[in-house]
Amino acid sequence: MEKFTRITAVAAPLLRINIDTDAIIPSREMKTVGKTGLAEGLFANWRYKAPGSREENPDFTLNREPYRHARILLAGANFGCGSSREHAVWALHEWGIRAIVAPSFGAIFAGNCVRNGILPVVLDHALVEDLARQVEVDAATRPLTVDLVECAVTAPDGRRHAFAIDAANREMLLEGLDGIALTLKRDAGILAFQANDRLRRPWIYL
Amino acid sequence: MAYARRSIARPTSSCYIDAVARTLIDKLWDEHLVADLGGGSSLLYIDRIFLHERTGSVALKELTAAGRRVRNPEQVFCTMDHIVDTFPGRGDATRVPGGTEFITQTRAAARAAGITLFDIGSDDQGIVHVVSPEQGIALPGVSLVCPDSHTCTLGGLGALAWGIGSTEAEHALATKTLVVHKPRSMRIRFDGRLAPGVTAKDMILALIGAHTAAGGVGYAIEFAGEAVRSLPVEARLTLCNMGVEFGAWTVIIAADETTFEYVRGRPYAPRGEAWDKAIAHWRTLRSDDGALFDKDLTLDCASLAPQVTWGTSPQHETGIDSVVPDPALQADANRRQSMERALEYMGLQPGTRLQGLPIQGAFIGSCTNSRLSDLRAAAAILEGRKVASGVRAICVPGSTQVKRAAEHEGIDRVFREAGFEWRESGCSMCFYAGGESFGFEERVVSSTNRNFENRQGPRTRTHLASPATVAASAIAGHLADVRPLMR
Repeated sequence: MEKFTRITAVAAPLLRINIDTDAIIPSREMKTVGKTGLAEGLFANWRYKAPGSREENPDFTLNREPYRHARILLAGANFGCGSSREHAVWALHEWGIRAIVAPSFGAIFAGNCVRNGILPVVLDHALVEDLARQVEVDAATRPLTVDLVECAVTAPDGRRHAFAIDAANREMLLEGLDGIALTLKRDAGILAFQANDRLRRPWIYL
Repeated sequence: MAYARRSIARPTSSCYIDAVARTLIDKLWDEHLVADLGGGSSLLYIDRIFLHERTGSVALKELTAAGRRVRNPEQVFCTMDHIVDTFPGRGDATRVPGGTEFITQTRAAARAAGITLFDIGSDDQGIVHVVSPEQGIALPGVSLVCPDSHTCTLGGLGALAWGIGSTEAEHALATKTLVVHKPRSMRIRFDGRLAPGVTAKDMILALIGAHTAAGGVGYAIEFAGEAVRSLPVEARLTLCNMGVEFGAWTVIIAADETTFEYVRGRPYAPRGEAWDKAIAHWRTLRSDDGALFDKDLTLDCASLAPQVTWGTSPQHETGIDSVVPDPALQADANRRQSMERALEYMGLQPGTRLQGLPIQGAFIGSCTNSRLSDLRAAAAILEGRKVASGVRAICVPGSTQVKRAAEHEGIDRVFREAGFEWRESGCSMCFYAGGESFGFEERVVSSTNRNFENRQGPRTRTHLASPATVAASAIAGHLADVRPLMR
């Protein structure tokens, strides 16, 4: 997995609440069994003028300069709610997004982010709105810095805002770790649990 | 992170009893704990894994590509539900673009991995969260995951079950474990008894309406109270199904005698001596008296009317006897904007009575409301009546077994004679994947779980409701209150 340490980049505000994974990538855009080729379907219902078409809707934030080059999203509460489809994260990553700052996230979506090199940052809703206001003055020259080493977001006005993140998720992102390989190091413990559990809860074991 | 952080503010020495009293979630957490990873993270043992062809396919494919294998294939199950067509005589061909590839690749990968597949044409095929309880794969106390957000449905049986992504599914398949940050705890008490015509679907919609679609974010939630206890198991599955629509990590209802009766004798349920051991253990799986929760909520159900959504989030909902709300009266700016956008999408004006809104579609199905009791409730309304002209009405049973049982009871005949299409089982029109949909800007009343923009089709306008409300509305040709139609 690609590592995440620190980025300074254009941030695009998408502040509406409850943006669901159906909106991030509609089901009809998931055309093959795989993790790639999904960027084109990102936000398809909002990004294009009609379903199935690829004619851009000029009003949609990510179709406008300089947001076309955004690597950070500023989002509303409960971003990524709804369907568990990891395609939403794969599409965001392929399009170029590496960090999302929001007051809260859908739980499955946030888990999918950290397993694919995207950092979900939780900041207070008033703060996210303030960051959006600052960025919107001139997004190209007023980038945001998201730093996972320091666990802080630096606003265009120079202020730093600390954020909290689960220690295991932080390490996974910083090191670009493969979660399965890490867990398999504990194989002996898993087998011991299983042997003991088989005696305790025999009905589980088919 | 805020969505997973656990705030611990519990009495210890001053209140010894409370300090040792554990919640149901605590007990299941401890029971499945392989290792405490520190910092609030746990390595949890996963008893059972369920996959489907939409997201399970990629998990199996990536696992194989990485040179890894499924650790305990006898505990892994797979069904075809998301992509498969629901027309009579269906096969691998599907109207979903590229869909056949998902079906054939899933089948090949499932066979290669040696996992149990409930394939197209099998008597046991159906929607994953309908099949799982039906087969006794989901049981009280099991930890069960599936790369599908509605896995929380199985909390209705007292299972610790939650939705994950495909990469996490790979992790669970390869290691039989998952790394999980323990969520905060919440208990929601549903008080009172439901009035006739009011269902578990109305309870969960009312909860989300009252506390928003993000009300449960960061929490593992136990549903309790008189209204929950008096629900049969299938209704509990409906209640828990939309826990994810409330934003919860997962939801659960402690198993009781009603649950045990439901589980007894199912194909994968324990038998004989194993059953006795299991049931003795299951009786301990309840929150201890005095167990403390990080948050407590209550919802009065006695005065609840049938609910219906008017917008594009499950939190956009109200009683069927109410009107489309006015965003101008919403103090919170974010919620106001969300309401305004929703009204524009839905083609509605504030103050419009919901009853009387003309509909062009009616859908009964999905992992929320497609079980036999749901179909019976709808059929009781449809019997001797006809779907209004101009309404396309479709019923998709949740599993092949549900379909057969319904046909055995003659329920299919009631649906057909009323003017409903009667389909093979699957997720069907709960979501639009490029195949079937209701039409552009058509208004649909649906027993499903998501009224998101474009969910059921391009610009399709979805109103979520119970199966009984869907049936009543299909007959009326507009959103309707089921209560006057009840016999």
